Amino acid sequence: MIHPVRQRKIRLMMVALALILLAAFVVSVATGYASLSPARLWSTLIGQGTAKERLILFEFRLPRIFIAILAGAGLALSGALLQSVTRNPLADPGILGINAGAGLAVVCYMLYFPADPGSLVFLLPVFAFLGGTMAAVLIYVLSWRRGEGADPTKLVLVGVGIAAACSGAILTLASSLEREQYDFFAQWMAGKIWGDDQIFVLALLPWLLIGFPVAWAKSRVLNTLSLHEHVSAELGVPLERERILAVLIAVALASASVSVGGGIAFIGLMAPHIARSLVGPRHQILLPAAALIGAILLLVADTIGRVLLDSVGIPAGLVVSVIGAPYFMYLMARK
Amino acid sequence: MTSMIKERTDEKKVRSRAAVGVAALLAGTVLLAVSLALAVSFGAADYDLRSVWRSIFGYDPARQADQVIVGIRLPRELGAALVGAAFSVSGAIMQGMTRNPLADPGLLGLNAGAGFALACVFAFVPGATYLTAMVGAFAGAGLGAAMVFGLGSLTRGGMSPVRITLAGAAVSALLTALGEGIALMHKLSQSLTFWTAGGVSGTNWLQLQLITPVVLGGVLVAVLMSRSVTILSFGEEVATGLGQRTFLTKTVLMLVVLLLAGTAVSVVGMIAFVGLMIPHIVRFIVGTDYRWIIPCCAVFGGAFMVLADTAARLVNAPFETPVGGLIALLGVPFFLYLARKKGRML
Repeated sequence: MIHPVRQRKIRLMMVALALILLAAFVVSVATGYASLSPARLWSTLIGQGTAKERLILFEFRLPRIFIAILAGAGLALSGALLQSVTRNPLADPGILGINAGAGLAVVCYMLYFPADPGSLVFLLPVFAFLGGTMAAVLIYVLSWRRGEGADPTKLVLVGVGIAAACSGAILTLASSLEREQYDFFAQWMAGKIWGDDQIFVLALLPWLLIGFPVAWAKSRVLNTLSLHEHVSAELGVPLERERILAVLIAVALASASVSVGGGIAFIGLMAPHIARSLVGPRHQILLPAAALIGAILLLVADTIGRVLLDSVGIPAGLVVSVIGAPYFMYLMARK
Repeated sequence: MTSMIKERTDEKKVRSRAAVGVAALLAGTVLLAVSLALAVSFGAADYDLRSVWRSIFGYDPARQADQVIVGIRLPRELGAALVGAAFSVSGAIMQGMTRNPLADPGLLGLNAGAGFALACVFAFVPGATYLTAMVGAFAGAGLGAAMVFGLGSLTRGGMSPVRITLAGAAVSALLTALGEGIALMHKLSQSLTFWTAGGVSGTNWLQLQLITPVVLGGVLVAVLMSRSVTILSFGEEVATGLGQRTFLTKTVLMLVVLLLAGTAVSVVGMIAFVGLMIPHIVRFIVGTDYRWIIPCCAVFGGAFMVLADTAARLVNAPFETPVGGLIALLGVPFFLYLARKKGRML
């Protein structure tokens, strides 16, 4: 049982996180090329804005903001799951090469189908999922040693290698893209949130609506999985099956997020760590907290990138890397 | 491979095979010459070897073939050879010096640092000459290396190969992101794409005049100091015990590594894995004596890069495939093999 005082603290923390996300949302809506004050935001939301305000809000900004929130939450959940399953605090879908695998599948998709919203956009996350799964299987098989299982450190090392291989393949394939497609693709690789159309929100939403509850329902199992291997076996958890299920969910969430949100690393690393230091290691509360933090991080990063330069815009993935890489280094130095 | 490692770590014995070394060096030189000749003769328009010979040794600007061969292909392939040599030798020195089988200028943040510095130079120094870019790349490689090794030595438990590789991944991610950000802000991404993808296509005689002395000088210093690298590869204590001034030696070697890697990146962009693969292959052939490893790395690395660049030109002709991508596809299985094979050592 958790101590009541601690429980109240955790509850407060969750409310605070939700409020921060709301504040980030309001700020993100309000800022940009054409600003929209919070007061106008409300009246536009309830349907009393001018045509221009409605256009800015519903057509341009809201879809992109929702994608940032969803992709951030998806990546954070994926990172939290991977960290528990591999018992490696440095696990992250970006570092492990799952994003790169999904990216490779997306490039193949783009080579054969034009990036035309509406036609086959729902297939995109599926393709990404296949690519991500292949990368994950490859990493798991290659870091497997008979009698010892998959060594957590080796997992990350092999992941770095797979990520490099996929990036190499992506570069090679991308060179045969058309010039326009290549520019678009380069921005996607850098982690620019490109789906600013409602349909992309709809393509991404089901993955989270399914992935999050399933993961959350498995909280108790995840709690034991993150303990030592022998402990969880003795507690009667069917290890391999649960582990594979958790990894599959993690891959699905990461791939879907990447297919719409672009190559964003480090969110999956940072969010779970911050969540753990705020609310502790129990997955029942850790998973929602990590999702909230991931959403906040990506939304803020995207807003910074969008506002910093009106004309070009810095891809959110770059902003996240500049914040996230030093954090990764800090984690390494501390461990 | 494993037995060799065992011998190296357990018995501290050098396997110097002079006969094999000389043979490998000769074979490598021949291979380099042949691949250069092939690379120059094949392309969008094929020329036979006789006309290549005639163009190089009896250059006539009026002939179109001579312009293609001497003006475009020869500098490009010579550049590839120099870059391959530079990457391989710097990888060999790093592997010997840090006793890290996964050391490679691309994996340890040097290339990303150089790329970041290039982005800065192009963004903030309008009208930068090639020399400025080269000096910048050198400084950037130093920055990357300093960050990786600084981070590695901060961690408790010391600089294990895995930690250093991870630190390299993090530093590379950071510097690449910063470089890309600067490039985007200054609308340089088009001209920098070439650098991130990697390629020798733009090499000209002017660049060659600048990089040739640097690379050859760096390789020469490396060859002269190869004995010290062998001794360092036994471990710091042994080296000190044998009367080596390890700090001085390491500093000089590190400078050579930075010079070679920085110069190579300024020509060809971020290409990883050449510096990882070639030294391992060479070590497999000539044993663990760096007096043979380093010169062999120079010729084999050069030949490898020339062949890779030719393959990149021909695979999807008339389009060029980024040679960096091609090499990564070859290099990663190798990396995984090493990570698996030597996993217990790490």
